[in-house]
Amino acid sequence: MYDDLLLTVLLTSVPLILAATGELVVERSGVLNLGVEGMMLMGAVAGFGVTSLSASPYFGMLGGATAGAVTAALFGFFVLGLATNQVATGLALTIFGTGLSGLIGAPLVGQAIDGLPAFIVPVLSDIPVVGVLFSLDVLAYVSIGLVASTSFVLFRTRLGLVIRAVGDNATSAHALGYSVLKVRFYAVIFGGMMAGLSGAYLPLVLTPHWAEGMTAGRGWIALALVVFASWQPWRVVGGAVLFGGVTIMQLAGQARGWSVSPQFLSMLPYLATIIVLVAMSRGGRAERGAPAQLGRIFLPPR
Amino acid sequence: MQKIIGFIALIGIAIGIAWWSMKSQDEAQQADAVSSDPLKVGFVYLTNPGDHGWTYAHEVGRQDLQAHFGDKIETNFVENVAEGPDAARVIRELVEQGNEVIFTTSFGYMDPTLKVSKEFPNVKFHHITGYKRSENMATGNIRFYEGRYVQGVVAGLMTKTNKIGYLGAFPIPEVIQGINAFASGLRSVNKEASISVVWVNSWYDPVKESDAAKVLIAEGADMLAQHTDSPAMLQTAEKAGVKGFGQSSDMHEFAPNAQLFSSVNNWGPYYIQQVQQVMDGSWTTGEGPDHWAGNTWNGLSDDYLVLTEFKNMPADVAAKAAAARDGIASGSLNIFEGPMMDNKGNQILPAGTVLDDGGLWAMNYYLDGVLGDLPN
Amino acid sequence: MIRLSPRQNVSPNHLLLVPVLSVLLSICLGGMIFAALGYNALEALYQFFVAPLLRPDQIGNLFVKACPLIIIGTGLVFCYRANIWNIGAEGQLIFGALGAGWIALYLPESWHFMMLPLMILGGMIGGALLAAVPAFLKTRFQTNEILVSLMLTYVAGLVIDWLVRGPWRDPLSFGFPLTPYYPDAALIGKLSLPVIGKLGQLHWGILIAVGISALGWFILSLTLAGFRVRVSGDAPRAARFAGFSPTIVTFSVLLVSGALAGLAGMVEVSANIGQLQPHISFGYGFTAIIVAFLARLNPAAVILAALIVALSELGGDSAQIAMGIPKVVTGVFKGILLFMLLAGETITRYELSLDMRMISRKMSKGDADV
Repeated sequence: MYDDLLLTVLLTSVPLILAATGELVVERSGVLNLGVEGMMLMGAVAGFGVTSLSASPYFGMLGGATAGAVTAALFGFFVLGLATNQVATGLALTIFGTGLSGLIGAPLVGQAIDGLPAFIVPVLSDIPVVGVLFSLDVLAYVSIGLVASTSFVLFRTRLGLVIRAVGDNATSAHALGYSVLKVRFYAVIFGGMMAGLSGAYLPLVLTPHWAEGMTAGRGWIALALVVFASWQPWRVVGGAVLFGGVTIMQLAGQARGWSVSPQFLSMLPYLATIIVLVAMSRGGRAERGAPAQLGRIFLPPR
Repeated sequence: MQKIIGFIALIGIAIGIAWWSMKSQDEAQQADAVSSDPLKVGFVYLTNPGDHGWTYAHEVGRQDLQAHFGDKIETNFVENVAEGPDAARVIRELVEQGNEVIFTTSFGYMDPTLKVSKEFPNVKFHHITGYKRSENMATGNIRFYEGRYVQGVVAGLMTKTNKIGYLGAFPIPEVIQGINAFASGLRSVNKEASISVVWVNSWYDPVKESDAAKVLIAEGADMLAQHTDSPAMLQTAEKAGVKGFGQSSDMHEFAPNAQLFSSVNNWGPYYIQQVQQVMDGSWTTGEGPDHWAGNTWNGLSDDYLVLTEFKNMPADVAAKAAAARDGIASGSLNIFEGPMMDNKGNQILPAGTVLDDGGLWAMNYYLDGVLGDLPN
Repeated sequence: MIRLSPRQNVSPNHLLLVPVLSVLLSICLGGMIFAALGYNALEALYQFFVAPLLRPDQIGNLFVKACPLIIIGTGLVFCYRANIWNIGAEGQLIFGALGAGWIALYLPESWHFMMLPLMILGGMIGGALLAAVPAFLKTRFQTNEILVSLMLTYVAGLVIDWLVRGPWRDPLSFGFPLTPYYPDAALIGKLSLPVIGKLGQLHWGILIAVGISALGWFILSLTLAGFRVRVSGDAPRAARFAGFSPTIVTFSVLLVSGALAGLAGMVEVSANIGQLQPHISFGYGFTAIIVAFLARLNPAAVILAALIVALSELGGDSAQIAMGIPKVVTGVFKGILLFMLLAGETITRYELSLDMRMISRKMSKGDADV
């Protein structure tokens, strides 16, 4: 019984982990992309559509990632190539992505697909409680791998150093000979790919059909999660399980007749995020998680 | 450069003006021909008709209406209309575009419809599932809860864990009626089984509905019912190997093994009846401004509510379900009949009495068989 | 490849022509999309841009739709000019509606003559309160205001949800999540214009909106306070040398924008809804961010920008009703329009040139490969 609840919590967390990890890299490079919801919807519709056409959920995963990346490239072109305001462009991207996904998805409404099968690791999955961790689907395992590699790349490699430098002090990074815009563009594309995968997870694993606007605000939660995780990839996993856990606890509490106010329970993660933000800002400069130039426009000097 | 830009702008404006003048000529001609125009009927939808739930059922009804009257009428719809001030604007716009009969198909359109109905006394408005009326605004509804009694009977006979999961959207009377009717049917065949209700706080959030279904299954429920609109719950049931009931429309394509049956809202006959009355000149708004029941508040008896084929269940269960359905339709079976107790042990109805329509809309309790408290 | 260099001075011709060109370009793109989907492109564009302007009542509705965008947008301009990024106007709007709603629902009858002024005050205080949180955290702990204001928007949405389902719910609402109706004294009436009379749903809240936009322009361009805001944004170091306290500037722009968002919430509910419900705004607080940018952060231009955005909204409805074009298509079109206007913004502000060196490098590389 608790195994099943835990499994549900984990499944709910996976799309949040994917989207938030992508956005984390984008924000680390100094760009704020508020269009996560739009990119996720594009990923969801592409993931569903490709699966429906090819009858393979693995192609669906690829399709979702590609659609997310293409949508993100549009964002990258505007905020990096044309130096438009990131907040406004991100909002426009959400409006655009919501509309376009609905348009592409219109003929897919009412179809059903076979989603990603669970990949049950023999022996390990029989361990009580922990076994749940080994009865997930491929994309869930991949998401943890992506968090691990993101964490490794960001903090243990030269590339990660460059990404962080670009987000913290673009002028110096430029002076050192790095192309700030190029780094940011690739980061944006990576973020889009992850958001696309995250969106694809919804029809491929959670509810195998396509519905207009089916992300229902999960892209915005992913944005909150990045902050909650103070831009540390592994904390994203913890945060996502917490956000997912609160959602599921609300539902389970109701099923058991607990009298908790669902609104206040739902508020907790957001309030916790603000507290984390404050706690981080109070710490010394080195510990401060927020990329110093988040949301700022950078124009390479001649 | 600037000259070029200016030139393009000028051309654009010129094209615009030319088109505008052509258009207004068209309209002038159309206005001349107005007398022989078909009756225009407009619909306001809450979501995209592809939701395979509530709005889809209305869309099917609209198509039935169009097919029935052919070129005597012209139907239009507006989808994804948010409940609130935007709805009033859309309804007004439908009037301005010449619609003479307008159906607004969600509870939240009640006040906007009322407001607009007073501005256009010659247009006939129908609001679905509300309770406010005016001189030219009627209310329409279906006795959805009747189908849920039958669901309760089937669930009570089929469950092995004696735990039923029920997804609710919002704790409003229509949903409470459904839960209590389900409980009444459930307890008529199985005194041990009880219902756990989970509120999703949305009519349509597939992922959350699916989460709620998973939670209920994890809590041991082996029968699921829903008063939300997407097929997500049934898909989850299908995957987990438990059974459930579809909502508003037939959802068996999404869950061929899990759907026991679905209560289908069949709006076609209602729409046809109302439009026919408008054409005959016999249309009225019923008994008074604040009466609960719609112009006609029908259910199984007149095929306003239709149950799909009983599937995935043993023949004896299907036979009992059919008997309950036919009993309700013929009036021989009362769903809310005394003695009726709420789940706190208070008597709601003494033996030998039957709940009237007013009592149905005043339900603020769970019947015996439902776990927990009603929110607020 | 694209190189941007800030323009030294922007010619007024540019200011006017570029937005027109942006709109024309999106008309072309939109027309292509409509045509590709099998609709008559000209007719669709006509429904989008012309039909909503043909009837006087529609023009009134256009202003009704633009009204909250103008009020919020003006406040946001102050913030953004000072380089303070408040993106939580949606939450501040909700808190404003709650502040005003509390007065509307609980003010004793004998005080009703003061109802609307008190509600305006309540709305502004409500919005400002929520905006004070990021202001305090920013000035005290240097906490990022973008993120705090966004988080508080979610919280505000949950607070109103709780209030209208719980403590403030109308006992006669049959369980529906609605508060009682506001008393008549708390409603904003329709505006009756001289000669023309009533114009659709136009209410006198639009006078507040236009007044605020004008006042905003006056303060920002012609007063010392406005100068401080602009200098703090453009040259923070210079501002500090001049002795302008960043704390005071941060607090004042956030409180002003919060108060205005709250006021918009009050006006929206009192003029258009008449009671509180879980959803009162439909994203005005977010749309207003786009409006502020389309207006190039100029309070006077906010009115025009808000009207353009409102037109795309109304046009979408009329295209759907007249031609059955689904709402998602109008969403795509709206997205394109916003992208084009944002790109236009860039063209007015920067000189665009293709970086020839880079291109030629690429090309020669290509040659070498061959």
